Amino acid sequence: MPQISQLAGTYFSQIFWMLVFFGMTFVIVGRGMVPKVMATMTDRTARIASDLAAAQAARDAAEAEQASWNSTEAAQRASAQELVSAAKHQAALATQASLAEASTRIDAQVGAAEARIAAARSAALAEFEQVAAEIAQDIAQRVAGLAISADDARGAVKGTFVHG
Amino acid sequence: MAAEPKVDPMHQFAIEPLFGTDNWAIAGHNIAFTNSALWMAMSVGLLILFVSGGLRRELVPGRWQMAVEGFTGFIDAMLATNVGPNGKKYVPYIFSLFMFILFANYIGLMPIGIFGLHPYTFTSHFSATGVLSIMAFSIVLFVGFAKHGLHFFSLFVPHGTPVFMIPLIFTVELISFLVRPFSLGLRLFVAMMAGHVLLEVLSSFVITGGNAGPVLFAIAGVPSFVLMVVICALELLVAGIQAYVFALLTCVYLNDAENLH
Repeated sequence: MPQISQLAGTYFSQIFWMLVFFGMTFVIVGRGMVPKVMATMTDRTARIASDLAAAQAARDAAEAEQASWNSTEAAQRASAQELVSAAKHQAALATQASLAEASTRIDAQVGAAEARIAAARSAALAEFEQVAAEIAQDIAQRVAGLAISADDARGAVKGTFVHG
Repeated sequence: MAAEPKVDPMHQFAIEPLFGTDNWAIAGHNIAFTNSALWMAMSVGLLILFVSGGLRRELVPGRWQMAVEGFTGFIDAMLATNVGPNGKKYVPYIFSLFMFILFANYIGLMPIGIFGLHPYTFTSHFSATGVLSIMAFSIVLFVGFAKHGLHFFSLFVPHGTPVFMIPLIFTVELISFLVRPFSLGLRLFVAMMAGHVLLEVLSSFVITGGNAGPVLFAIAGVPSFVLMVVICALELLVAGIQAYVFALLTCVYLNDAENLH
């Protein structure tokens, strides 16, 4: 077993080189490199945490913006709705007024026209009576040789006219 | 058949001076640069190479940087679990310890024998692992007495011990505490040596069985070879576990020194 049989001759060399090379490991790797590696990891963790925090803040801001925009939009929508209904009401009132005016005008015109028609009709009837009375006078003259006054003839025609 | 080739399973652990045998000495002690020292140097070199790949400090790490950060994060988590927030300052030491042992164990298992080279595992020598365990023990003592003074001895008297039992418990706890550096160093050395001896013995079965003819090769060589493949996988596991155990126990001992009980 060389570990024991060679111990007397080699222990000092073993211990010496072990201290040298483990010391090198500790100084170069442990003290020199490991803190840098660890610092990189710590920096990365901090960076990730701060990035996440920034993202969360941006998200919160965006959500607040969205909420305020939503409320503004709702308010604007409501005011627009109000304007539209007011305009509709106004237009309905105007339409009603102009309709009323037009119907009164039309009524007046119709009334006037009806009066004119009635006048013309009565005038025509009067003329008709006149003509009928003269014809009746004439017929009586010719057929019976009666001389009927114009007033009697008119009265007779009138009664017929009235009774149809 | 000529002289039976002798396979010595212990020969792989032999320390061979490479240079400096004659004149390298400190205070009369020889410090020849041996094959063991060479493999320590290779372990350090590979470790430096590996960790320097993690120094690119990119925000989005590549594979290599990810691997290095995985190891440092692993050690950091181990210290945080076992020692708590006070353990942060030991990360460089525990990382160096864990990675040095891990690389030593793994390069000692590399199949470079097929290129005619001899892999050597310096963690299979208690003269090497002892240095690491005694250093760990020294740190525990130093931190313990520096931080708690003589109060550190309360470590050996658990809470709730009846007064008449204190001398006995104190003695038992003190012995278990003093045994720690030995158990720590011997555990790694024994695990590494046992695995390598087992692999060497099995491979000698394959070789002698193959030389003794097809029948013996079939009944001894082939099963040994299959077993060797499986045990190689097991050894890769053990190499990682032993490095982990060494680092973990050092953390546990540091916890005693930092926080008492």
